[in-house]
Amino acid sequence: MIVNDKNIPSRPAPASTRGIAGWLRENLFSTPGNSVLTFMGLAFLVWAIPPIFQWAVLQADFIGVNKEACTSEGACWVFVSARFQQFMYGFYPDTELWRVNIFFAQMTAVLVWVLWDKMPRRTWGGVWFLTGFPLTSFILLHGGFLGLETVETHKWGGLMLTLVLSLVGMVIALPIGILLALGRRSDMPAVSSFCTVFIEIWRGVPLITILFMASVMLPLFIPGDIELDKLARAMIGISLFEAALIAEVIRGGLQAMPKGQYEAADAMGLSYWQGMRLIIMPQVLKISIPGIVNTFVQLFKDTSLVLIIGLFDLLAVMQAGITDVNWPNISIEAFVFTGFVFWAFCFGMSRYSVALERKLDTGHKS
Amino acid sequence: MHAEVEEKEKQSVSLKHMAGTETMIELRGVNKWYGDFHVLKDINLTVRKGERIVVCGPSGSGKSTMIRCINRLEEHQEGIIDVNGVTLTNDLKNIEHIRKDVGMVFQHFNLFPHLTVLENCTLAPIWVRKMPRKETEEIAMKYLERVKIPDQANKYPGQLSGGQQQRVAIARSLCMNPEVMLFDEPTSALDPEMIKEVLDVMIELAQEGMTMICVTHEMGFARTVANRVIFMDGGQIIEENAPEPFFNSPQSERTQLFLSQILSH
Amino acid sequence: MSQNINKASSSRFWYDPKVRSILFQLLFIGLLVFFISNIITNTTNNLEQRGITTGFDFLSQEAGFGIIQSLVEYDETHTFGKTFIVGLLNTALVAVLGVALSTVVGFLVGIGRLSSNWLVARLSTVYIEIFRNIPVLLQILFWYIAVLQVLPSPRQSITLGESIFLNLRGLYIPAPVFGEGSGIVLGAFVAACMAAFVLSHWAKQRQVKTGEVFPVFRVGLGLIVALPIVVWVVAGQPISLEMPVLKGFNFRGGITVMPELIALLLGLAFYTAAYIAENVRAGIEAISKGQREAAGALGLSEGRIMSLVIIPQAMRVVIPPLATNYMNLIKNSSLATAIGYPELVNVFMGTTLNQTGQAIEIIAMTMAVYLTMNLMVSLFMNWFNTRMALVER
Repeated sequence: MIVNDKNIPSRPAPASTRGIAGWLRENLFSTPGNSVLTFMGLAFLVWAIPPIFQWAVLQADFIGVNKEACTSEGACWVFVSARFQQFMYGFYPDTELWRVNIFFAQMTAVLVWVLWDKMPRRTWGGVWFLTGFPLTSFILLHGGFLGLETVETHKWGGLMLTLVLSLVGMVIALPIGILLALGRRSDMPAVSSFCTVFIEIWRGVPLITILFMASVMLPLFIPGDIELDKLARAMIGISLFEAALIAEVIRGGLQAMPKGQYEAADAMGLSYWQGMRLIIMPQVLKISIPGIVNTFVQLFKDTSLVLIIGLFDLLAVMQAGITDVNWPNISIEAFVFTGFVFWAFCFGMSRYSVALERKLDTGHKS
Repeated sequence: MHAEVEEKEKQSVSLKHMAGTETMIELRGVNKWYGDFHVLKDINLTVRKGERIVVCGPSGSGKSTMIRCINRLEEHQEGIIDVNGVTLTNDLKNIEHIRKDVGMVFQHFNLFPHLTVLENCTLAPIWVRKMPRKETEEIAMKYLERVKIPDQANKYPGQLSGGQQQRVAIARSLCMNPEVMLFDEPTSALDPEMIKEVLDVMIELAQEGMTMICVTHEMGFARTVANRVIFMDGGQIIEENAPEPFFNSPQSERTQLFLSQILSH
Repeated sequence: MSQNINKASSSRFWYDPKVRSILFQLLFIGLLVFFISNIITNTTNNLEQRGITTGFDFLSQEAGFGIIQSLVEYDETHTFGKTFIVGLLNTALVAVLGVALSTVVGFLVGIGRLSSNWLVARLSTVYIEIFRNIPVLLQILFWYIAVLQVLPSPRQSITLGESIFLNLRGLYIPAPVFGEGSGIVLGAFVAACMAAFVLSHWAKQRQVKTGEVFPVFRVGLGLIVALPIVVWVVAGQPISLEMPVLKGFNFRGGITVMPELIALLLGLAFYTAAYIAENVRAGIEAISKGQREAAGALGLSEGRIMSLVIIPQAMRVVIPPLATNYMNLIKNSSLATAIGYPELVNVFMGTTLNQTGQAIEIIAMTMAVYLTMNLMVSLFMNWFNTRMALVER
């Protein structure tokens, strides 16, 4: 018999497993193979980081207005600051830039309202995002009303165009996508087969073929006397493509709904549309937000394809900058800056969706 | 009812004679930390061949960690662990060698869902013991019969009940012909009606003289088969005694408290 | 009670859900037909106005333009129909190379992400987060403009052992020349493959009987590598390599890989690899820790735990999304049109469409290609999922 009622006090772990040394041993040098990997990784970092840092920061030129200001060995960031307006607004007239800035501000506000779960009345935010926001933005950006000067769409460009394209895609695609998803799950064969074929066709082909279709075939489909401008055609193509993707996200959400919810809605005597609107859709949309944000990230990246059909988005501004004879040899700077802008948006949004997904996950379990 | 208890008493008496004197497992001054958290404190334990030890204690007391150290699923930082004459070190060959002799049954069964019951049982004999397939299948069937589910041999784990899965897991370990069996709360993930079928198998195993260390709260089981019961709390062994005195007159206050908590309902 | 029934039967027939559903569907189909017929009328009017012919006759007309890379014989005298084939084959080339490269990189990074080595795991994460959050078109343009176009001229080529050259005009690698008797070497290769197959079968049988494990992979691989080499030497080296040689301002001989192809390949592969890596990670993480522990507790070695327990289970999780990744890679290869690599979209939907103006036929054909591929991938995934589904109650 052994009795040992006395508490043995906790001791700190042996020094070799504690602190920095212990951490290093455990995470970097636990086996000979691991040590080799660590040294290879370190060698790579030593080889790559200092030259990059030197090029991008230490030896770079930041101040000036033209290529002549770039005298040192490193990056010529002057290019970015000189072209900043084009990167942001394309050829939008100088005097009207405030309108785009208001658009940026409203966009930020609406997105925060819809996506931040501490905001009040997020449903109304969603409604505003789908109705008031596009309407006011169109009036603001295009003009021609309320004494605002008309700015033709071919002057739109840069980040603003990229955002407009992806937001319009989203605003149109959401309602259509919801209808398509409901249609695909409908028990009416005519409706469900149409929706299935529609979704699978748009999902199955590359976006570039859809853009070609929108720019070449669409004008053939409409009466000859109606003119659709290039931007509108691209928007139609992008929206239909996006609608098919959203439909699949929503369908996933509908499938994830417990059957009891549908039964409860029926049992309360609600009609199909009432049940959908009041019970099912609010829940489906809530759990679909991460998926919707992910598709949005995808769309945001994919809008860069409009460069191929001749729209002047962020990537096209970059390409124009590279081929500018006044700015020779700045292609890497241009790529780094543009890539960083795209990256910052996409990384931010995907982090948000990951965090939300985690939250929803634990929400379900508890 | 009374007869049954008497029968069990008799069993337990007969069982107690079977423990040998040869040392099977020895832990000397074992300490383990998770990061800065001291989970095992100066553990000293000797298990002789044929001995059956039941380890109990509140959750987080380090009992699972202790038996997981014995087959190196967890690494200890201080002290010495000897298994069947081999000292555990970081050497992979050494660890594989010890694992051949030590079978383990987990709380959540951990059967391989992509293999049939029979394949689950033959996998290790084929690849570790390097035995001919036919022979391994014969052995597997023998042990599946012992755990009373030979008819499920060609099903997949997902098709079995929890109790059946746990019995397969026991058979799977036995197919490696281990010297020691470790049980890590083998019944706590089971529905109440399935606990008995698993315990029966374990009792039978004990009667055949298998060296066993069981982390479990099944006190009936402990009374029936254990040579010694160990109570752990806060990472240390608080009390260690034969089942009779352990349950009837626990010495430590903590043991008393724990027993009153688990036996009160 | 009977009153109620009467009431129900006398109620208006359109309250019957079945009738409603049929009426709604008829209305839906009606609208659809109206919409489509409208489009058809508009289109025929527009085509007539613009003087564009319809039908697929153009496929047999002479194309009259050249294509810078073709896997089959092609020049401007061939038909538009042939341009479709040339484009399709070039897409297939990029697809095959891209799938191979992205798989290798993706699996390495995905496994690296789970490495116990902190630095390797971090570097892998950084790779994934950078490459998947930047548009693939930007990446393709980056390789094309910022990397390949600043390479030195042919005279100052970057070279590896004077047999592989990389410069502004592309990558030059040695080409195999099949001389007389090379059939024997190829035969030896085929024979070695067959022998390896037989060997693995024999080893399996032997293991079933005696339990002894034979190192099939190492011996088989050695056989496949060594046998053709031995035969090649014995037969008097019938297969030789034609080295690219600098003549004047450019290289002659060997195989030329055009920069457009390299840029497209790198862009697609590194982008897709980031997604594949995430899949692989998710697949391996989906296998519970208990599986590894149980296998370890049985005494299986690290390698066997991977090959017998983890990989077979992880593959079920990894392969369906992997098929989607490959499909996306193939779809994204259409971005080649931005840098002028002559794949299907660039050649057929670009040049051929411009030459003939027959947008509807051409776009329909192009889309049909991708839709067919998509359909095949979904069929494969359904087949795979039903076949590999874990048996549950």
